[in-house]
Amino acid sequence: MPKSSAGVRALALAGSLTLFGMLAWAMVSLPQEANGLAPLVHERVDESGVSNPVTAVLLNFRGYDTLLEVAVLLLALIGASFLRAGEEEDAARLPRGGGPVLVSFARVTLPVMLVVAGYLLWAGSSMPGGAFQAAAVLAAAGLLAVLSGLAGAPRLYSRRWRAAVVSGFALFLTVAAILLVVEGALLQYPRTLSGVLILLIEAALAASLGLLLLAFFGEGRQRE
Amino acid sequence: MIPVLLDAVLAGMLVWLAWRSLASADVFKGVVLFIAFGLVLALVWVRLEAPDVALAEAAIGSGLTGALLLDALARIRARAKKAGDDAEE
Repeated sequence: MPKSSAGVRALALAGSLTLFGMLAWAMVSLPQEANGLAPLVHERVDESGVSNPVTAVLLNFRGYDTLLEVAVLLLALIGASFLRAGEEEDAARLPRGGGPVLVSFARVTLPVMLVVAGYLLWAGSSMPGGAFQAAAVLAAAGLLAVLSGLAGAPRLYSRRWRAAVVSGFALFLTVAAILLVVEGALLQYPRTLSGVLILLIEAALAASLGLLLLAFFGEGRQRE
Repeated sequence: MIPVLLDAVLAGMLVWLAWRSLASADVFKGVVLFIAFGLVLALVWVRLEAPDVALAEAAIGSGLTGALLLDALARIRARAKKAGDDAEE
């Protein structure tokens, strides 16, 4: 890397210090007692179908934010798969089969990881946890399985992988579309069904996002 | 007194890890420091009473992103090695 000149460095330093000062000033000048929307959320959390206020905001009050987040993840994977498509064979392979220690470690750990993922998903309705955390644990379990040679790497070009990766977003979008027609607003759950619908969406998201995150480690089609 | 001290140590470590991660010449070392940075940041979120964010940071920000960076590093090295072998032939 070429060394940047003293002038450029001084400019960068001045710029970052100014930004730091502005951010610090913004923090300090925040009103002391402001709780934002927290009281409103706590007041209406009973209507959301879950008892954890964070899950209530993510899946109910601001459900469309989460819907779009999943769409962004999907777009990111599509972008990454383009990068992988043209890779040379030996650069594209993940290392496999790390010897007996890794394999037996994976055999012991994988069931525990699956249980932890399920617990995180279930716990999300009443305490910290939820679909994204469960998905990350699932993806980590999948990666461990691939690295230890117990499972093949995700194949981004196979139809089954693509279907699995899209399924969570598809279900979420379908529920949103149905509710738009039936209830008249995007992701406006009927009061009696909201708990069930949120759990359904979270379960589908956890499974599908787990595979989606794992697919970032996938392989493009090998050139013969 | 102890909580303030703990917060000060965490904040100091965070800045130091971020700086070392960006400034280290060895890319692998930088990635490992980035993972450590993510784990300390998760602790900071816990101190800020945001356990949901802490979980997400530890699992996604530190774990998965770290693994992706290591994967990318391995691929870059494999490609560089192949280019070197081709040049020798």
